[in-house]
Amino acid sequence: MKILVTVKRVPDTAAEKRLDPGDKTLDRESVETIMNPVDEYAVEEALRLKEKVGGEVVVLCMGPASALATVRKALSMGPDGAVHVHDDALHGSCAFNTAKVLSAAIRLIEPDIVLCGSESTDARTSLVPSALAEYLRWPGLIGAKQLEVDGSTVRIQRETETGHDLVEAEGPLLVSVVKGINEPRYPSFKGIMAAKSKPVTDYTLADLGIDPGEVGTAGATTEVVDFAPRPPRQAGQQVKDPGDGSAAAELADFLAGHKFI
Amino acid sequence: MPAVLVLVEHEGGNTKKVTYEMLSKARSLGEPVAVFVGDGLDAARDGLARHGATAVYAGTGEGWSNQLGEPLAGALEAAADRAQPAAVLVASTPGGKDAGARLAARKGWGMLADIVDLDGDLVATQNVFGGATTVRARVRTGTPVFAVKPNSFPVEEAPAEPEVVDLGAPGERGYDNSRVTDQVVQEQGGRPDVAEAEIVVSGGRGLQDPSNFALVEALADALGAAVGASRAAVDAGWYPHQHQVGQTGKTVSPQLYVAVGISGAIQHRAGMQTSKTIVAINKDADAPIFAISDFGVVGDLFKVVPRLTEEVTRRRG
Ligand SMILES: Cc1cc2nc3c(=O)[nH]c(=O)nc-3n(C[C@H](O)[C@H](O)[C@H](O)COP(=O)(O)OP(=O)(O)OC[C@H]3O[C@@H](n4cnc5c(N)ncnc54)[C@H](O)[C@@H]3O)c2cc1C
Ligand SMILES: Nc1ncnc2c1ncn2[C@@H]1O[C@H](COP(=O)(O)O)[C@@H](O)[C@H]1O
Repeated sequence: MKILVTVKRVPDTAAEKRLDPGDKTLDRESVETIMNPVDEYAVEEALRLKEKVGGEVVVLCMGPASALATVRKALSMGPDGAVHVHDDALHGSCAFNTAKVLSAAIRLIEPDIVLCGSESTDARTSLVPSALAEYLRWPGLIGAKQLEVDGSTVRIQRETETGHDLVEAEGPLLVSVVKGINEPRYPSFKGIMAAKSKPVTDYTLADLGIDPGEVGTAGATTEVVDFAPRPPRQAGQQVKDPGDGSAAAELADFLAGHKFI
Repeated sequence: MPAVLVLVEHEGGNTKKVTYEMLSKARSLGEPVAVFVGDGLDAARDGLARHGATAVYAGTGEGWSNQLGEPLAGALEAAADRAQPAAVLVASTPGGKDAGARLAARKGWGMLADIVDLDGDLVATQNVFGGATTVRARVRTGTPVFAVKPNSFPVEEAPAEPEVVDLGAPGERGYDNSRVTDQVVQEQGGRPDVAEAEIVVSGGRGLQDPSNFALVEALADALGAAVGASRAAVDAGWYPHQHQVGQTGKTVSPQLYVAVGISGAIQHRAGMQTSKTIVAINKDADAPIFAISDFGVVGDLFKVVPRLTEEVTRRRG
């Protein structure tokens, strides 16, 4: 089975993120970057799938040249190779441009299954996996907290408000996985060394047959009008409980004053 | 006035409040038109009418289900082809975003997710970077699709008499063979979902023991609230991870957020600091949660929370 897993480079979750005042895109150079945390679960699930059914795992990442570090990080967990799509014209791409580019690369790679993370920590939009399934014209199983393959059928557990649904489809297909689906492995020293010499194929937009005007800031389907820091919240009233819980009455007064009770 | 499509978020005809929030907003932008998919239209119709839907496009019966992105996107597409809307609103839930993203990808439109406001020029407001920055953005291409965060717009009643338009049979979707084969329900005490609730009561490490989440649940039930948890509580196995609030959990923006025994680390605040009102109960007067709380009680939660639950129950009862 040819298993493809998409990984995205994002700013470190703990880092202060900011927008570039010029083109109003996320300033990705001013902060430490990491592999999108949920994508570690996707890579782990891809490796487990390979361990079960055999085949190979290919990593796919769209991001600037510096995203190669993220590609190597993913490879250090164990995948066989990677495809890195980078092109200056991609800067500022929206979720739909990204999905379009990923779909073009996936058509060249021809995997049997595509695994994505459920959301990225910088955009948190979760739009890419759904849009990607649509561009591929493949079934897309969104939000897997468990995945199993049974012959040509892929079955997932999808979290609901009250429990879970079982959803299945036949491949080729796309699955997005949620945090907690597994316990991602730490790259071993051997894995980190091996990742350095694993094959990484570079694709440009020309390789994918995509017109630069369709993607990036030029082709983005959405645009930022303006942005501003949110005014920090002010601390309000504080009361000290004398030790018997009686301050609860004052809190209840506050809640009643705000019509919550 | 142009139509504004609203995808009805419901469970078997039991309509979620976010739907009424979207219909209320849609009325300020054009003619609110509901798109209903799946079973339960009879149960849902009155509520949609009461909240101003001037038409209901309905995909019901054989082949229609609101559990998968595809029939939902197909219904939105069919409704959009007929109504030629100025905008499409879906709820910013996993299902709503999935349907909206498929629709936008198929049509070559643009979509903005997790919006908390929308003006008359269809410029949307989003809170990004854990609520630290407010962005205003617009869709440049095609009909804009917006995924609306629950609790963003007030619900207003505006009775209408909607015409029900049957969407007929679902469109052929040859390539998409996905199907729901089973639904497993693990009871949750009938509490609302943390991402959508108007009031959230969250517990943290200060509870000291998983059994003490009962205190948080009792207060939540008295307030009609959802239960949330800090990552420390979730990582300790005290509460299921779908309740986690924060950077690596859910981002919530309820009318009222009650933090019980939670210090208010930046990663926790990232998931709740856009709540309209925040109150905290913590024994440490210097806990960072107090810096963003509208009302703070410095005290022992084991003393304060039971008394608060009593007070709330008494005053509500
Ligand atoms: C990459 C990353 C992502 C993260 N994502 C998240 C996330 O999504 N959500 C999240 O919540 N955290 C997240 N964290 C963890 C976060 O940094 C904190 O560790 C966590 O929020 C602490 O949880 P807590 O407030 O319950 O525990 P603590 O910080 O231990 O606070 C417990 C509080 O309870 C109070 N207390 C104790 N006993 C009592 C009592 N009897 N009465 C009253 N008060 C009492 C204490 O004074 C203290 O303030 C993340 C961390 C990292 C590094
Ligand atoms: N530039 C990208 N390169 C590779 N994968 C991506 C990219 N952007 C998004 N993805 C995938 O799509 C998932 C959801 O991202 P998002 O839609 O941005 O929230 C991520 O977890 C990745 O698996």
